[in-house]
Amino acid sequence: MFAYIVRRLVLMLVTLIGISIIIFVLLRVVPGNIVDILFDAAGFVDPTDKANLEKELGLNLPIYQQYLNWIGGLLHGDLGYSYVSEKPALQEILPRIPITARLAALALLFSASIGIPLGVLSAVHQGSRLDYTLRVVSLSGLSLPSFWLGLLILMASVSLFGHMPIYNPNPATWTEAFAIYAVPAMAVGFRSAALTMRITRSSMLEILRQDYIRTARAKGASEASVNYRHALKNAILPVITVIGIEAAFLIGGLIVTETVFNIPGVARFLVEALRWRDYPIVQNLVMLIAVVVVVANFTVDMLYAAIDPRIRYGD
Amino acid sequence: MGSVRALAVAALLLLPAYDVASAGEPKQGGILRVYHRDSPGSASIHEGATFSINVPFMPVFNNLVMYKQDVPQNSVESIVPDLAESWGWSDDGKKLTFKLKQGVKWHDGKPFTSADVKCTFDMLMGKSQQKFRQNPRKSWYDQVNEVTVNGDFEASFSLKRPQPALLSLLASGYTPVYPCHVSPADMRTKPVGTGPFKFVEFKANESIKLTKNPDYFKKGLPHLDGIEFTIITNRSTAILGFVSGKFDMTFPTEVSIPLLKEVKSQAPNAVCVVEPVNVSTNIIVNSSAPPFDNIDIRRALALVLDRKAFVSILYEGQADIGGTMLPAPGGLWAMPKEMLESIPGYGPDVNANREEARKLMQKAGYGPDKRLAVKVATRNIPIYRDPAVILIDQMKSIYVDGDLDVVDTAQWFPKVARKDYSLGLNLTGNAVDDPDQSFYENYSCGSERNYTNYCNREIEKLFDEQSMEKDVAKRKKLVWEIDKKLQEDVARPIILHARQGSCWQPYVKGITIMVNSSYNGYRYEDVWMDK
Repeated sequence: MFAYIVRRLVLMLVTLIGISIIIFVLLRVVPGNIVDILFDAAGFVDPTDKANLEKELGLNLPIYQQYLNWIGGLLHGDLGYSYVSEKPALQEILPRIPITARLAALALLFSASIGIPLGVLSAVHQGSRLDYTLRVVSLSGLSLPSFWLGLLILMASVSLFGHMPIYNPNPATWTEAFAIYAVPAMAVGFRSAALTMRITRSSMLEILRQDYIRTARAKGASEASVNYRHALKNAILPVITVIGIEAAFLIGGLIVTETVFNIPGVARFLVEALRWRDYPIVQNLVMLIAVVVVVANFTVDMLYAAIDPRIRYGD
Repeated sequence: MGSVRALAVAALLLLPAYDVASAGEPKQGGILRVYHRDSPGSASIHEGATFSINVPFMPVFNNLVMYKQDVPQNSVESIVPDLAESWGWSDDGKKLTFKLKQGVKWHDGKPFTSADVKCTFDMLMGKSQQKFRQNPRKSWYDQVNEVTVNGDFEASFSLKRPQPALLSLLASGYTPVYPCHVSPADMRTKPVGTGPFKFVEFKANESIKLTKNPDYFKKGLPHLDGIEFTIITNRSTAILGFVSGKFDMTFPTEVSIPLLKEVKSQAPNAVCVVEPVNVSTNIIVNSSAPPFDNIDIRRALALVLDRKAFVSILYEGQADIGGTMLPAPGGLWAMPKEMLESIPGYGPDVNANREEARKLMQKAGYGPDKRLAVKVATRNIPIYRDPAVILIDQMKSIYVDGDLDVVDTAQWFPKVARKDYSLGLNLTGNAVDDPDQSFYENYSCGSERNYTNYCNREIEKLFDEQSMEKDVAKRKKLVWEIDKKLQEDVARPIILHARQGSCWQPYVKGITIMVNSSYNGYRYEDVWMDK
């Protein structure tokens, strides 16, 4: 097990180095840089001014030199300066991380706490009205784009309560603070909950047909014990995998949700930084996301072993 | 200096656009909450070329002179003193001297002097050690030889030749005075001004906060305690925020005509106005390369335009048709209607125009069996894309098959500047409703923004002639003649001049939306809230 963990950690490091190169090169392959964009607004490009600004930002250096400067800085905890705000990238990124992390955590919590029990209910009552209703709900969750759902929530909120639950950095009450995150988390987590529900349902249906479930029933185990202790425990592995993947994919949904609910998190900031070709912000943020994804995958793998004693790594 | 006049007197002659008595005595206090359409690239007005910077940062600064903030139409008559106490032209019209107000302090406590004026304009003219990262309006000062000072409270602009319009350029929201002692880099992130509001913070993609300057040199102003701009890039969210009362005001001139209906239906008490923004939608034609090096094809292109269709589809009828200069009544320099309609392509009979266009195309060798294929380049944002699609549709009637070529924003102006296009759809904004700004920037030989490479030495002479003309009536006639000629030469066919909406809650008082520029009316020193 220890050897496996070390191997995985080394692999994670290699993956991150590979990702850093890809991010760096891809960013520079995209047409235009921040200088083009700054001058774009002015409506013309003065070659001398442009060259001066490129020199000031270090964009005139060979690409490998720029890469080495970035990695060298990262190793020393120096993420560089945002080209737009001219503030340290770390100072720009750090305050936004907890906002997005809270939102993502709540969305995942919503996804799991709604998706898993409803998936179990749907499977246990297969073919019933409840099952059909839940399947319709889950299908709509997969079909409704989160931005549309978000806007719908905002419109309904304004129309019904005359209030709009968009981000407020200084909420007056804890309920307002909760609503600021909970409402968008529901909007973004709805799709994820629907997927979790469907995976739980299909996984449960497969398990419920196993011989040992019949045996458990024959031994007189209660329905709740059969469903949750025997069936769900064995059906949960694919669900964990999906939640792990969803955690990685969540960033895509968060970009839209943060925009609609005007939440100043990392995801929306990334899009804006990309629009400005603010390389230090984009490359550091994408690296951060890559780290989160790689670590989430690693954690899921470790969870497998913890949940299913039959799984052993590296022996 | 023979014709010195105290403009304070002239200012008294101006009629305010809103009735103070009916609005009541201004109340002090309150934070004006406005949503902002996007995150500006910096806080430095001089380095920007979008009113996304002017709106939140104009309240931080003062100009030497400014357009009176409660007069909707910017004109020479509406220019009032700001940091200047008075100004005067020399008899030969080549020297403009400003007497400056005394006792004015920068927000950091340092005194404002004529040295700051010299610093600012030397930097704008590229004559100082300190440089702006970018200097988009350097050409505004092409006729200025130098700025000199006489003591701490007098500054003079010496010109190469008379240019009465310089005063209008100095009154623009784009022309604040910067402090000598603050670097351009600091001005981009922590601007220091003399204005009614002090800069508090600018969080990119989040908010911009300003607070009242208690030491403002205009006594009793500002009325507000502060202004907060919340940056909301999603238009639907922003409008919902306004409707729900989260904001006191929309971002100025940013509510489209369809959205305006939504606002009025959901917030019937909101005060909404629709005004011209002095931004024209136009066609840029690369006349230095085939097929548009052929004047017949260019003329056919000008004749095919059904401008009313553009206005009706894109703006539900709320846009204006005109030449280069903004149409009346908002615009000061527009050609009379009869003159405009005498220009080919502007006549009311679209079918007749198109028939003539088809003949020109046939003369150039094109017809139903030999159609001309062109790419129509435009920026990949709806206000550019949508008219381009209509243009492509209209061109079909004269044997031209257009193919939409959408270009990423970062690449649009570099592409246009290197003439890497055949036909393009462009938007041109004018910060000041003055022919000097428009003609020299967009049509002068060699100008960086003359994307079409149009160059006519005869017209050039007329540009200078109108620029030096002191008599406004005479200047107007010259301007009309030039504008007509530009349209006949198909230099940059103008399709329409857009109008946009602005809304505010009924308790917000003292807001005036300018009708011939969307860059100059955001000082907010006399705005107050009746609640």
